[in-house]
Amino acid sequence: MYRKNTMGMIGLITLILFVAVAVFAPLIAPREGLEATCPCNGTPFSPPSWGFPFGTDNFGRSVFTLTVWGTRISLLVGLLATAISMLIGSVIGIVAGYYGRWPESVLMRLTDWFLVIPFLPLAIVLASVLGRSLTVIIFVIGVTTWPSTARIIRAQVLSVKTRPYVERSRALGSSSWHLTTRHILPNVAPLIFANTILTVAIAILSEATLAFLGLGDPLSISWGTILQFAFGAGAAGAGQWWWLIPPGLAIVMVVLAFTLCGFALDEILNPKLRER
Amino acid sequence: MSVLSVRDLQVSYKTQAGPIPAVRGVSLDIDPGEVLGLAGESGCGKSTVVNAILRLLPAGTTVSGEVLLNGEDVLSMKPGRLRAVRWTGASVVFQGAMHAMNPVQRIGDQLAEAIVLHGQAGEKEALVRVGNLLEQVGMPPRRLRDYPHELSGGQKQRVMIAMALACSPSLVIADEPTTALDVMVQAQVLTLLNKLQRELGLAMLFITHDLSVLVEVCDRLAIMYAGRIVEEGPSTPVFETPAHPYTEALAAAFPAIGDQRFRRAPSGLGGDPPQPESVPEGCSFHPRCPLAFDECPTIVPELYEAGEARRAACLLVPKREAVAP
Repeated sequence: MYRKNTMGMIGLITLILFVAVAVFAPLIAPREGLEATCPCNGTPFSPPSWGFPFGTDNFGRSVFTLTVWGTRISLLVGLLATAISMLIGSVIGIVAGYYGRWPESVLMRLTDWFLVIPFLPLAIVLASVLGRSLTVIIFVIGVTTWPSTARIIRAQVLSVKTRPYVERSRALGSSSWHLTTRHILPNVAPLIFANTILTVAIAILSEATLAFLGLGDPLSISWGTILQFAFGAGAAGAGQWWWLIPPGLAIVMVVLAFTLCGFALDEILNPKLRER
Repeated sequence: MSVLSVRDLQVSYKTQAGPIPAVRGVSLDIDPGEVLGLAGESGCGKSTVVNAILRLLPAGTTVSGEVLLNGEDVLSMKPGRLRAVRWTGASVVFQGAMHAMNPVQRIGDQLAEAIVLHGQAGEKEALVRVGNLLEQVGMPPRRLRDYPHELSGGQKQRVMIAMALACSPSLVIADEPTTALDVMVQAQVLTLLNKLQRELGLAMLFITHDLSVLVEVCDRLAIMYAGRIVEEGPSTPVFETPAHPYTEALAAAFPAIGDQRFRRAPSGLGGDPPQPESVPEGCSFHPRCPLAFDECPTIVPELYEAGEARRAACLLVPKREAVAP
């Protein structure tokens, strides 16, 4: 089914490539290349050449090395932030959908509240209050992206909980915990999965945004921080395109790949979309 | 002592337009090993009675009266005790077996669910018992590794029956167990239920709108109309010589194949059952009754004695009894 979806396959192959780069980063480009003082560095601001395929930055570091190692941080932040977001979103969605009545009202108003807060100001405030570290970035992205998941999950739970097998299980003496974990969760899991993949794309983009605005962890190189360094050093004005394009293109490709995979899965899991 | 004893059960659903009475005073008794059939048209409150017995009605529904399951009042049970009684005291064979199974779980796990939930056995031991249950309902035990979509409709209904027996309950409620099955499979499922009932000495409450099914399976019949029982008694006499005009109409709706009388004049009952929010005054059946007379719209009939172990809620019954001797 998935293999027949061309867009989905393109996305999946791109993703596998990026994950391979992240995993095998030490083999592709030595870690010393990240140090400003590494003897392996070349002349600052030099355009692409055989030795430095993506050119060098203001310290003479290879932009290729930076981009390769940036993959690790960007993907890590994207996945961990999504994990937090999915956990909060699924729990709130299932609890609200299953219990209904006042827990639903309270949780859904909370969700609405988080949904209407503009992401960037909230993230900036949280990041500046809590300090600049990778954990904070992951936390900030996690707690700001869950509301849409919670709404989608709740809607599906409302439908699943009225199905006869849930009633049957209740009739044979199931507790709420058993019903939600054994019957409702497995039946909303495909939706959670498809949604997770779309959220990873958003999380990676958010990380790049925050890092570009200087709220990232300055010690861990991500695509966002590379762009921020480049911008700070005036790369855009000096025409040093090789410093900006690789990380920028990497962000676009990964986000696009996750989105393509997400849409492809959504289409497969959600038959109503197939007709479009 | 009766396995199930329902006294003056009243249920009304909460809706935006106000409470709607679905069951208006039903009393039933089922003795050990007895099969009671409950019949009536769609919307007469049969399924509401079932759901009230295990307290499966939606929140906000008002239920009054008494439901004694093995002498214990279900309606006043604490949640923990209620969960323990569900399935061990009374289990349900649900209608529409197609949808009563979780599509993403193996049937073995779903069958074991009740056994494990009630702490009667661990996961492994439960699976062995589940294999035996499947054999009891005439399916090879290896099928417990199948998912619901791999079974046919009849097989699913067999699995539902096996599930109902999982915790050896004292009462099995079969809520229209043969709807959505074709006639051949219906017959197989009925034979199976009958066989298991006799072998295990189960008490059963059998619910359907198909009177001909009930006569074959049940010891006693209770006919419901608009939330009340209008006639009850031993099944064959009730079916063959109905005392209530409604039962008569229901019984006549099943033509005997080959019988000339039915061929010439296929009969049915005109009109629709009353809406639960506007049940007619007096006898609720009078607007559709061919024998209605002037007292019917004003007097609410109670269940009058109508022969041996029989009762019927029709004003004609006491009149007939008075004339007969």
